[in-house]
Amino acid sequence: MVQARENPVYPYRRSPDQDGEQPAHHPVIVVGAGPIGLSAAIDLALHDVDNVLLDEDDTVSIGSRAICFAKRTLEIFDRLGCGQRMVDKGVTWNLGRVFFRENEVYRFDLLPEAGHQRPAFINLQQYFVEEYLVDRARALEGTEVRWKNRVTAVEPGESAVHLTVETPDGPYAMTCDYLIVADGARSPVRHMLGFKSEGQVFQDRFLIADVVMKADFPPERWFWFDPPFHEGQSTLLHRQSENVWRIDFQLGWDADPEEEKRPERVIPRIRAMLGEDAEFELEWVSVYTFQCRRMESFRPLPRVFFAGDAAHQVSPFGARGANSGIQDTDNLVWKLAAVLGGRAPESLLASYDAERIPAADENILNSTRSTDFISPKGEVSRSFRDATLMLAERYPFARRLVNSGRLSVPSVLSGSPLNTPDRDPFGGRMVPGAPCADAPVRLAGGPDWLLNHLGGEFTGVYFLGAEPGMPKADGEALDALERGGIPIRWVFVGQGGDEGGQVLVDAEGLAHERYDARAGTFYLIRPDQHVAARWRGVERDAVVEALTRATGGVAVASTPRRAGDGNATSRHRAASRPAG
Amino acid sequence: METQHLDIELRLDRPDDFYEALVDMHRGLDEAQSRLVNAKLILLLSNQVGDLAVLREAMAVAREDVLGPDSETELPPQP
Ligand SMILES: Cc1cc2nc3c(=O)[nH]c(=O)nc-3n(C[C@H](O)[C@H](O)[C@H](O)COP(=O)(O)OP(=O)(O)OC[C@H]3O[C@@H](n4cnc5c(N)ncnc54)[C@H](O)[C@@H]3O)c2cc1C
Repeated sequence: MVQARENPVYPYRRSPDQDGEQPAHHPVIVVGAGPIGLSAAIDLALHDVDNVLLDEDDTVSIGSRAICFAKRTLEIFDRLGCGQRMVDKGVTWNLGRVFFRENEVYRFDLLPEAGHQRPAFINLQQYFVEEYLVDRARALEGTEVRWKNRVTAVEPGESAVHLTVETPDGPYAMTCDYLIVADGARSPVRHMLGFKSEGQVFQDRFLIADVVMKADFPPERWFWFDPPFHEGQSTLLHRQSENVWRIDFQLGWDADPEEEKRPERVIPRIRAMLGEDAEFELEWVSVYTFQCRRMESFRPLPRVFFAGDAAHQVSPFGARGANSGIQDTDNLVWKLAAVLGGRAPESLLASYDAERIPAADENILNSTRSTDFISPKGEVSRSFRDATLMLAERYPFARRLVNSGRLSVPSVLSGSPLNTPDRDPFGGRMVPGAPCADAPVRLAGGPDWLLNHLGGEFTGVYFLGAEPGMPKADGEALDALERGGIPIRWVFVGQGGDEGGQVLVDAEGLAHERYDARAGTFYLIRPDQHVAARWRGVERDAVVEALTRATGGVAVASTPRRAGDGNATSRHRAASRPAG
Repeated sequence: METQHLDIELRLDRPDDFYEALVDMHRGLDEAQSRLVNAKLILLLSNQVGDLAVLREAMAVAREDVLGPDSETELPPQP
């Protein structure tokens, strides 16, 4: 009755590491080839950090798991080199609608402004996301995915982490400088090391059904509170790729999960919703309870980093699970690369906790609030919930209180020690710590996007405004920075008509607007596309100080960096400077 | 409890009329219906007040003494 899709199988291959006299050593080993581990492995390879990714299984995700991938995740996938394939395969959506009983009470547009390359969300089954990430990883030299490799023991040492790995050919040992643990919510490695992830379980059960059918609902997120077809509970409908639809039915705490999974129970629920003559097939059915929890530290040992569900978990309302996990590795990988490459002190690694713990707390807070609204505890909470929904039908103020999930947005790392606080007055949202906003630009006469030119390594973005070139002093400051061997890639954004050169032309003015930029404005952007610092003009010492701070060093003005440090990655070409 | 934001002096312009209207609002309703009407009223008035500092204080004052004379009247800490 339930017709699961056939996943690709990746065969186990014996590695030369299994035959060595001594355990093989790798700079980084990643445990778990879910979306998070795969993203980490790809990103490390792009940063020229050789790594091995171990997974106990030999295929991608099975069953109903993540479907909503957020704009920020797609931007990270773009940087990793597989964003377009995801978007092409996925179902793009921006609009959410909320119904109470028979009526629509509220709708929200998650991307109300134009001028972004990526939509607010795509819906794409987790198995496709993982498959495309696997394909991307396999196309890169610096990483190797080893299937049917189960980590069974971890010993953190002074100078390396020692692993024991079980395979169809028996166990072998390896060592690494740094271990990234992305082995999912149950995290065997977390247990092996004696760490906990603590929080709360929500006393409710949800039937999650993936259904194959031809239907013409628009590509929007539809959420019902107390609908006539599922009285007293909520229901969520999402369109996925290849005519698969995700339906979540809230069941309540007393439901029997085994009983509810039976097609004889599931099919009538779906018929009640879609109509008696609806034609569909079940692809997968499961019953979940959800929880919100996290580890106390995501770097509980100096050489061991936890990311994704292993580190923190949320309920799926808000799609903050995989989306936040991918932000973890986006945050971590450039730091590991900089430290391993000798471009930053080890102290930079402490900022992983400083930045990602507040982000996890923000996600847990949002997820908890949504879950409390969807599954009110007790009669009074339920009265407030229903009162909100009743008022929302007619009175605008109450719509903003309706909470069917606050959908994933990237965290602004506003309290980060890597940020250089503004010295000059700025407006807008691109505060230090913010993830960079996209904007349409033109390059060499063709359409392009600002984000395609940021990140991977430190990027200095110089805004020219309507000026044809930069003032002499700014040019000299840039020269001085370059002579000092500062590993920054330069990007110039102008509003003039020069369509031939290396300058990104901000024809619509949106880049200048979103960054509150005018001629001479200068942003220092981190490799993960977050703002490190910004000024109204370039000053060599200020930039050096900000860069030192952003790489975990104690910021002291005028500290020249070692010449010949080179760039973090060789993928990017520096733009030639417009003459002033 | 000392309040900083919440006005605890009389502001109602016709107190007895207000009180009567409040009680009348529940006429003919069962408990569940009354709870719903109260909830709607609280939401409407909270929106009118707007200021979260005032609302938080009002919530703390509302809890005061309810759990018995010696119990904690403060709201649980903010997340
Ligand atoms: C119903 C549902 C809906 C969801 N919807 C969304 C959504 O719309 N958007 C979203 O962002 N998130 C969503 N999530 C959450 C999302 O699925 C998870 O956050 C995501 O899978 C976490 O990825 P991960 O890589 O950390 O862990 P996992 O995907 O769990 O991967 C862990 C990997 O580690 C491997 N492994 C485990 N132990 C070992 C070991 N000892 N040795 C080697 N390998 C090991 C496993 O084989 C597995 O491949 C949803 C979850 C559920 C349940």
